[in-house]
Amino acid sequence: MDDDGRRLRRPRTPRWGAWLGWGAAVALPLGFLALFFAWPVVSLVLQGFFTETAAGRVLDLSGFAEVLSQERTWRIVGQTLAQALTGTVLSVLLGLPGAYVLYRCRFPGRTLVRGLVTVPFVLPSVVVGVAFRALFAPGGPLGWAGLEESFAGIVLALVFFNYAVVVRTVGGMWERLDPRAEQAARALGATPWRAFRTVTLPALGPAIASAAAVVFLFCATAFGVVLVLGGLRYGTIETEIWTRTTQFLDLRSAAVLSVLQLVVVAGALLVSSRARTRRERALHLTSDRVSSHRLRLRAGADLAPALVTLVVVAGLLVLPMAGLVARSLRAPDGSWGLDNYVALGTTGGRNALSVTVWEALGNSLRTAAWAALIAVVVGGLVALVVSRRPRRAGLRRAVGVLDAAFMLPLGVSAVTVGFGFLITLDRPLGLDVDLRTSGALVPIAQAVVAIPLVVRTMLPVLRAIDPRLREAAASLGAAPGRVLRTVDGPLGARSLGLAIGFAFAVSLGEFGATSFLARPDTATLPVVIYRLIGRPGAENYGMALAASVVLAVLTATVMMMAERLRGDRPGGEF
Amino acid sequence: MEQAREAAGLAVRDAVVRYGATRRRPGSVAVDRVSLDVAAGEIVALLGPSGCGKSSLLRAVAGLEPLAGGSVAFDGEDLAGVPVHRRGFGLLFQDGQLFPHRDVGRNVAYGLETQGTSRAERAARVAELLADVGLAGYERRSVATLSGGEKQRVALARALAPRPRLLLLDEPLSALDRRLRERLAVDVRDTLKAAGTTAVFVTHDHDEAFTVADRVAVMDAGRLLQVDAPDVLLRAPANARVTEFLGLASGVLTAGAPRRGPRVHDEDGVGTAAS
Repeated sequence: MDDDGRRLRRPRTPRWGAWLGWGAAVALPLGFLALFFAWPVVSLVLQGFFTETAAGRVLDLSGFAEVLSQERTWRIVGQTLAQALTGTVLSVLLGLPGAYVLYRCRFPGRTLVRGLVTVPFVLPSVVVGVAFRALFAPGGPLGWAGLEESFAGIVLALVFFNYAVVVRTVGGMWERLDPRAEQAARALGATPWRAFRTVTLPALGPAIASAAAVVFLFCATAFGVVLVLGGLRYGTIETEIWTRTTQFLDLRSAAVLSVLQLVVVAGALLVSSRARTRRERALHLTSDRVSSHRLRLRAGADLAPALVTLVVVAGLLVLPMAGLVARSLRAPDGSWGLDNYVALGTTGGRNALSVTVWEALGNSLRTAAWAALIAVVVGGLVALVVSRRPRRAGLRRAVGVLDAAFMLPLGVSAVTVGFGFLITLDRPLGLDVDLRTSGALVPIAQAVVAIPLVVRTMLPVLRAIDPRLREAAASLGAAPGRVLRTVDGPLGARSLGLAIGFAFAVSLGEFGATSFLARPDTATLPVVIYRLIGRPGAENYGMALAASVVLAVLTATVMMMAERLRGDRPGGEF
Repeated sequence: MEQAREAAGLAVRDAVVRYGATRRRPGSVAVDRVSLDVAAGEIVALLGPSGCGKSSLLRAVAGLEPLAGGSVAFDGEDLAGVPVHRRGFGLLFQDGQLFPHRDVGRNVAYGLETQGTSRAERAARVAELLADVGLAGYERRSVATLSGGEKQRVALARALAPRPRLLLLDEPLSALDRRLRERLAVDVRDTLKAAGTTAVFVTHDHDEAFTVADRVAVMDAGRLLQVDAPDVLLRAPANARVTEFLGLASGVLTAGAPRRGPRVHDEDGVGTAAS
């Protein structure tokens, strides 16, 4: 027992070291959220409630009365809800067979198709808008269908975007569903359809509800796609805020619309979080093993879902992407060639731009790198704090509130954030620095948009670390800081790679907030693309198409590299 | 069953562990005023059915659960407020909890790294410990390639590496199949005795408890029923509940009279068991 004496008993250090560490881990993200999200958004919302008079700020709800009595407002609200609802229902109806075929069946090339399905989700909204516009335009592959600037056209683009959300969310759960429950139902005499309806569908319910809520949220706040495809006839609350701010310079009614948008979004978020809780509970019922069977086309059971999936993937996903690439190779004079790509080195016909497209690409990469860095540091700290289960009930609730607070940027429109930045950050906290001209606002705004995705990517991975692994490390003499460094660090590192990729891709494509904040000489690629399609001339349009292809390829490459880092492990929400 | 307070070794006094306690609700009691002494170099098994509170008691000793009452002391020093990593106690889980991102050698070396041992010394100690648990030369193996029994051997070597003052083993063999369990139980005792390690071994299997431990503490519903050497326990179980749990035939019970005053009086059980 001489060995026992060798173990030095170090003096106890006060616990405030740990409190200080966790305090900083909470304070930094909260400070960021307060300064760059809550303050701008709340200030913006208050613009709708107050007016400046000689006596100071007075409560004035006439802005509400005025905006809410306009027929145009209700048309926009109606269009927003109709677009979001139709887009959600269609995404779910088409996504269910897709989830079954891609996650429950095996066939050659399945990995490729799964990757293909994911690409649209990460494509920048402006690129999707341009792709569908090229599809519907007279002379385009679907020019005969009369979908240009139509409700159906917008809904199709929304489904293109969100099909992957349904397939991946529902498929991830379906894959892990124990097939024996359905087999038991069959053994009790149920037909395949009845077994699906009474056993499988209820088990998938939470995943479907969760996916539907997220899709509804994305559809209701869609901006770039609607702006590009809707023309003057169709809009959402989001595009209307943008129009009233930048075109009519009517800040008050824009603020009122932002409040309306918040109401719609808060409802969707509430449903989404309810569904997520139920899904996390339901996940405990599933097995770790992945169960799938070979695609049975002969037997007929898998024929219908396989056909639906084939039509969706070929017609809705591949056609617009292929159409965009093909159209980008048509020179302004109608011949085939790389003219549009060569023109990316110019500032466009009649100097439509202040920078060349390649310079804009450099801007995009630079801002996205900064945004990803900020988002991963802030989001990583949030995920780390939220992954803990404190013993005290009060602290546990506080952690839950923190989790919810950082989901808010997912729901509040990027346009509102960007607009809020403009009206608050001219002299932040009384400091004499105008952040609006410093160029720092663009990456910060993009980071605000990307943080919820970073948290949702890292949180499941950190939560999956068995707490006893940390206890084992502590019993081996590792202080809390060392446990963090040697256990959470290496195990969370893989989700960190995916989170960086996600944040980078989202920042690359971010358009809503960036369109408010980027100055002409620091314009990013999405901003440049939007400006190009708004200018007359076949040359500018061709450049927009080529730039869209460049941006799409870049985003898809980043995402594919990030997916590689994740491997086959489940994790993340999307 | 109050025992003289010994200066060397573990002394648990009237320990209480509660779960789910809030300001309004007292929560459920997992460990109810338990006192237990483990002398230096001794191996004590905590034996009881699942849910009896034996793992909670172990976690409280390790410093992973706060005590709602009572005290835990080692070598006469009260451990209240001393965090897990300062107690110098080793801990072995049912499923090993090896670090998946480290190979076998780096798992065993983990506790040595926190002590600031030199690299050469570390390598020598890792090799020595792996040889002790019968896995010589496994340093570079990935932990994912190990069988269940090998994992537990590595976990044991890892827990022993920093020379803990006390080793706490939480059902370390329960996840293994029967034959392996029987063989490993002997190996664990030999390894612990060779190192002279003081240990508390939690199990629900009485054969395992008798194989590994010097003394066995029988626990039920949060309380200790009896603490004795295996042969005494078999010869003279304190009451019907102990008899029942040890799986002794009811004939043995009538032969031996209760030796110590148990806390739980459960004489009705005898009648039904004997009839």
